[in-house]
Amino acid sequence: MSSEPKTVLSVEGLHAGYGRVAVLRGIDMRVAEGELVTLIGANGAGKSTLLKALVGLVPPSGGTIRFLGNDITRLRPERAVRAGLALVPEGRMLFGPMSVEENLELGGHVRDRADTAESLERVFDLFPVLEERRLQTAATLSGGEQQMLAVARALMARPRLLLLDEPSLGLAPKVIKEIFAALEKLKAEGLTILLVEQDARLALKHADRGYVMRTGSIALAGAAADLLADDDVRLIYLGAWHGEGENT
Amino acid sequence: MGGTELLQFVLAGLKNGSIYALVALGFTLIYAATGVINFAQGEFYMLGGMLSVWAYADLGLPLPLAGLVGVMATAAVGGVFELGAIRQRKDGDPLALIVITVGGSMVLSSMARHLFGPNERPLPLFSGGGSVSVFGAVLEVQTIWILGLTALAVVGLWYLYNRTGLGRAMRACAVNRDAARIVGIDTRLMVTVSFLLAAALGALAGLAVTPLTQTAFDVGPTVGIKGFAAAILGGLGNPIAAVVGGLVLGMLESVSIAFISSTYKDAIALIVLLGVLFVRPQGILGRSRREKV
Repeated sequence: MSSEPKTVLSVEGLHAGYGRVAVLRGIDMRVAEGELVTLIGANGAGKSTLLKALVGLVPPSGGTIRFLGNDITRLRPERAVRAGLALVPEGRMLFGPMSVEENLELGGHVRDRADTAESLERVFDLFPVLEERRLQTAATLSGGEQQMLAVARALMARPRLLLLDEPSLGLAPKVIKEIFAALEKLKAEGLTILLVEQDARLALKHADRGYVMRTGSIALAGAAADLLADDDVRLIYLGAWHGEGENT
Repeated sequence: MGGTELLQFVLAGLKNGSIYALVALGFTLIYAATGVINFAQGEFYMLGGMLSVWAYADLGLPLPLAGLVGVMATAAVGGVFELGAIRQRKDGDPLALIVITVGGSMVLSSMARHLFGPNERPLPLFSGGGSVSVFGAVLEVQTIWILGLTALAVVGLWYLYNRTGLGRAMRACAVNRDAARIVGIDTRLMVTVSFLLAAALGALAGLAVTPLTQTAFDVGPTVGIKGFAAAILGGLGNPIAAVVGGLVLGMLESVSIAFISSTYKDAIALIVLLGVLFVRPQGILGRSRREKV
């Protein structure tokens, strides 16, 4: 227990934006192996942009991103997934007219046939409903099933770091519970996870550590339990008047 | 009009329609990959005929080999055009890309005029000038070639699209480019592949028709417009619809010759184009954007 856990992701002074609009203004953060780290903050704080910058969908304008010891700051998305970063994007971005199975096979695009067959079994194990729906087109799934498919598709790439953007958005509490149970399971298997969530309470309950973002930079960082107890965080992001433990 | 005569018009419609279908498929493939109409598509048709004539008459290759060279060389031109001009526009701005394809079309036809001269150039019929009788109507053997090659190309494309990893990746790009990128698909490569395929399909049409019509540096735009009308008629973005659109357009032209006058044959494509855009912008088989969401 004496040795520090290995750093999977470290971000230093990251700047990024759209055109001339700066969204990220010097982000510093790190994620260690096996951790579940969450990014919380108000809408427009730059959480989604940070995830997009990590996988190369939004090119960084400054700073560095190191992943497993390699500089991946300028990597294009199709290379980033090969490096081991898989994103479950905001709005899921499924291939709607294509079948569940095809979506999953596309998720395994960077893997060979044998890997894909094995991963298929694993994700069907995690989300049995996807196996029942494997020949249905993604667009015909319910919102919860679509979210499961989005997570499963990302897992097909066998990532070292799973990035999730608002996986609970618009879903019923029961479905959210299922998805977070799956995330817990993945974490228990040793997967490193970076989670962006608008439901800060939910995210902090499942996370080891958290970062609070405010207008493009990190305002606060710490253990999830400390953030849950922090007065400012409670007031601004958790709504302090809520009773403890009433959702999920 | 007798049944035999009608059948004759139907056969002519099918022949022209399958040519339009091949050109329309080219439009569809590139539109699916880039969201842009490639106005150089007609030039691929011209180059297919012209480069085959060059390989046959100037290089002295046997006809089948010359045809293969013509189609492959045109595909290469399509690929180089994408790498050299389309890909250089880094932001992929659709309007800029469309202007690039218009410019590319002019460059390709001027180069063809410069290299191969201003005159019409012939190619021999693939297997002689025979014809067969179908219920009394005359079906030229070259028309059988055209229909057969089109069918082969359509089946091949269907197989590529639905049964191979490359095809699946191309469809994924067409559905959502960012999603394709995050699963690891090289979307730029898919665009290049689309241009290669679109050029090859256009070239195949040009090659198959040249023995009947001859070819010249300036045949591209007319066929381009018809292929475009066919693609729009079917509903852009769907290969099956492009084929249906091509055949329907060929039939409409044929019917117009039969019942109105051959004078208006070339106007039909434009009338159809405008008609579709006014009445049913999503095409015959296309779904409206609202239904898609």
